[in-house]
Amino acid sequence: MGYDLNMKVWRGDESGGELTDYVVPVEEGEVVLDALHRLQATQAGDLAVRWNCKAGKCGSCSAEINGKPRLTCMTRLSVFEPGETVTVTPLRTFPVIRDLVTDVSYNYEKAKKVPPLSPEPRQADGTYRMQQEDVERGQEFRKCIECFLCQSVCHVIRDHEDNKEAFSGPRLFLRYAELEMHPLETKDHREAAKAEAGVGLCNITKCCTEVCPESIKITDNAIIPVKERVVDRSYDPLVWLGSKIFRRSADD
Amino acid sequence: MTDPSTIERHSYDVLVVGAGGAGLRAAIAAHDAGAKVAIICKSLLGKAHTVMAEGGAAAAMGNVYSEDNWRVHFRDTMRGGKMLNHWRMAQLHAQEAPDRIHELEDWGALFDRTPDGLISQRDFGGHRYARLAHVGDRTGLELIRTLQQRAVALGIDVYMECTVTKLFQEGGRITGAFGYWRESGRFIVFEAPTVVLATGGIGKSYKVTSNSWEYTGDGHALALEAGASLVNMEFVQFHPTGMVWPPSVKGILVTESVRGDGGVLRNSEGRRFMFDYIPEFFKSETADNEAEADRWYDDKTNNRRPPELLPRDEVARAINAEVKAGRGSPHGGVFLDIASRRSAEYIQRRLPSMYHQFKELADVDITAEPMEVGPTCHYVMGGVAVDPDTEESTVTGLYAAGEVAGGMHGANRLGGNSLSDLLVFGRRAGIAAAAAATAAPSERVSISDDDVTAAADAALAPFERQGGENPYSVQQDLQDIMHRLVGIIRRADEMQQALSELEQLKERSAQLSVEGHRQYNPGWHLALDLHNMLRVSECIAKAALERTESRGGHTRDDYPATEDDWGTVNLHCVLDDDAVSVRRETLPEMPDELRELFEEK
Ligand SMILES: Cc1cc2nc3c(=O)[nH]c(=O)nc-3n(C[C@H](O)[C@H](O)[C@H](O)COP(=O)(O)OP(=O)(O)OC[C@H]3O[C@@H](n4cnc5c(N)ncnc54)[C@H](O)[C@@H]3O)c2cc1C
Ligand code: SF4
Ligand code: SF4
Ligand code: FES
Repeated sequence: MGYDLNMKVWRGDESGGELTDYVVPVEEGEVVLDALHRLQATQAGDLAVRWNCKAGKCGSCSAEINGKPRLTCMTRLSVFEPGETVTVTPLRTFPVIRDLVTDVSYNYEKAKKVPPLSPEPRQADGTYRMQQEDVERGQEFRKCIECFLCQSVCHVIRDHEDNKEAFSGPRLFLRYAELEMHPLETKDHREAAKAEAGVGLCNITKCCTEVCPESIKITDNAIIPVKERVVDRSYDPLVWLGSKIFRRSADD
Repeated sequence: MTDPSTIERHSYDVLVVGAGGAGLRAAIAAHDAGAKVAIICKSLLGKAHTVMAEGGAAAAMGNVYSEDNWRVHFRDTMRGGKMLNHWRMAQLHAQEAPDRIHELEDWGALFDRTPDGLISQRDFGGHRYARLAHVGDRTGLELIRTLQQRAVALGIDVYMECTVTKLFQEGGRITGAFGYWRESGRFIVFEAPTVVLATGGIGKSYKVTSNSWEYTGDGHALALEAGASLVNMEFVQFHPTGMVWPPSVKGILVTESVRGDGGVLRNSEGRRFMFDYIPEFFKSETADNEAEADRWYDDKTNNRRPPELLPRDEVARAINAEVKAGRGSPHGGVFLDIASRRSAEYIQRRLPSMYHQFKELADVDITAEPMEVGPTCHYVMGGVAVDPDTEESTVTGLYAAGEVAGGMHGANRLGGNSLSDLLVFGRRAGIAAAAAATAAPSERVSISDDDVTAAADAALAPFERQGGENPYSVQQDLQDIMHRLVGIIRRADEMQQALSELEQLKERSAQLSVEGHRQYNPGWHLALDLHNMLRVSECIAKAALERTESRGGHTRDDYPATEDDWGTVNLHCVLDDDAVSVRRETLPEMPDELRELFEEK
């Protein structure tokens, strides 16, 4: 059954803006992005929003809905009380470009600092052998759709522009964790995780994990193990070497 | 009038338009060959369509069935394409796909594994053996992320949220491209002797589609306007299983892996109706009873494949027919059931993103109840006609790879053959473009100010008009026309009707106006995209009208049979005086050693 939804949408650009009221007809089963699209098509042709897949796979459509960072394409209107006003604002941690579109280049700049994989040589037959259990940890991190919701919610940078220089944020910590735990990697990335990405600034509040639409256990499975390895390194480099040497091989 | 001297300019050897799998792979190859390369894309980096691919990438690595090899893959691809594919592309693709998958592992990709540690491979429609390298049901994400990270590590320049609207030429060869930044609305000019189009598909011209806003056929239209020809445009793939309910998600893809992993299709009477739709062409390799079909998952040597895994065109038509006959599901689809056939644990492990998608968007638990599915516009087989070895079009310096290129898939694409296509031909295009660009650097010609001014004025036209129509309503009408009149089942009178309605839309779209200003203005962007959508739609309708037979992704109600005479003819669309014309060309002849592969059993 269709009904009229009351919405407040932030409209504006870097010079400022305001919440604008709209009433949008919506249908059963729709998501917030549907309502925004209907606004675009009928009342506000120039409303700026990002989206691509409309199925939670590309991470383009992030915004803050009633103050919570979420994917607009995966937020069903049925989660709101009937009559509740739905307020959509841009991600707070990044500078606004226009309306709901923010400048997320911070994330892309930080990604440039992540070292590439330096894999061990292939087997004689041209393949790599890895066991399913050994790839699964990395696969969890590689589920990341780069929606940057975790980046937006992390208090280290959410209200502290000055920390952005030294801190790459939870999305990027996944990259370092992935390298550290990659079954084929030959190099040690702990120093980079500490010095370049600033993993030490994280104080494990787990806010990032809570908002991740891919349910990646960012803090428990990536950040904490990397922090532990960083600490270990100052005591005993052999610990790291050992974790590499004793990984499971196809023969056992 | 825009002053051309105020426009941002850059110069490169190779300009890659598109940052999906094909574009990224092309850029990496061109960079490795020593060229100065730029990548341009409409969305942010990593958000191209490739990110949405689910099931996997087809490559005859033989990790699960050692009987598999490139010849079997080649044969499956040609038969799936109803023998209309360019044989040389199908051959190169089958031969090179395994290497292209393996090198992704050098760059960090983590595919699912077999028990002995190799890349695991899964079953998909039309493939004789389990052949798709995969990561759960998010293979496209793995592929694009791996290539994206590689391109970033190599330091390749990326211009994101930047849209190309025009290619420049001089003396018949490419000299560069014109575009605008979505963020600021400012213009940008690239000087480059070679351009690789990797812009993906056209699905946004249809009402029910698995494709995003980006799929407006830009590369197809740019190539056409530069003088290249588009081949096989009548062949549009309707994927048999899109979501049908709720309305807001209608068209969103349900991966073929559901069927590859044991899911079956049933009608409202509970019947596995695909047994009623096995065509003569595939009889000898398809099971004709449930017992045999069910045994096949574990023993492929002694059993034939279930009919649910026939090529997509067959399954989509069957679903369409069941719904028409009144045996559909409550919301106008059919039932796709894996819940009663596999354990909840298996489903969640193999199909995590499908589980999530249905749970979140439709309140359906696919481990406990069947899904409702129906056909959705998914992929265009047609595209820029290219040389199979270099991917160069008939326009010197203009290359195309990935979904925007034509020929590889013939009349119908097999699932999984696109991701591998992107890698194989993206790489080839990048190498060839780099070689051409760096071979004769002195031949470089510059772009004239007049051309730049004309491109800028064309882009700004929608702001100049006042009180014209809104682009969203024209787009909606276009989607409706294509869906209704040039959709999954076609007839001459309906397509003629479509062509005359498209003419009216062209007039309406020439009168569009947009509100607001140039900064991140989706209404303006759509007004420009519409031009391309109309061009491509005209190609599809004209080619479809011309081909008076049914084959692969092209089904005619008025010509239901597949005709041998048409089996050797390709249709090419070219631009003649601003209108699309269609000409027939004879299919290239396959060498004997390949032809023999089709003669055995
Ligand atoms: C839901 C879904 C699931 C799929 N699953 C599979 C699967 O399992 N296996 C398989 O093999 N195939 C699958 N496919 C098909 C496959 O994903 C696509 O065919 C393939 O990813 C296309 O890749 P591409 O590199 O050609 O283009 P894309 O990845 O679509 O990239 C196109 C690029 O071009 C850019 N672009 C377009 N126009 C312009 C312009 N004017 N200016 C600048 N840039 C432009 C875009 O921004 C984008 O970066 C699936 C498709 C969908 C939609
Ligand atoms: S756990 Fe660390 S990275 Fe995550 S939100 Fe908290 S401080 Fe930020
Ligand atoms: S880790 Fe999760 S929240 Fe962060 S960017 Fe990736 S998908 Fe989004
Ligand atoms: S549009 Fe892709 S995640 Fe929302």
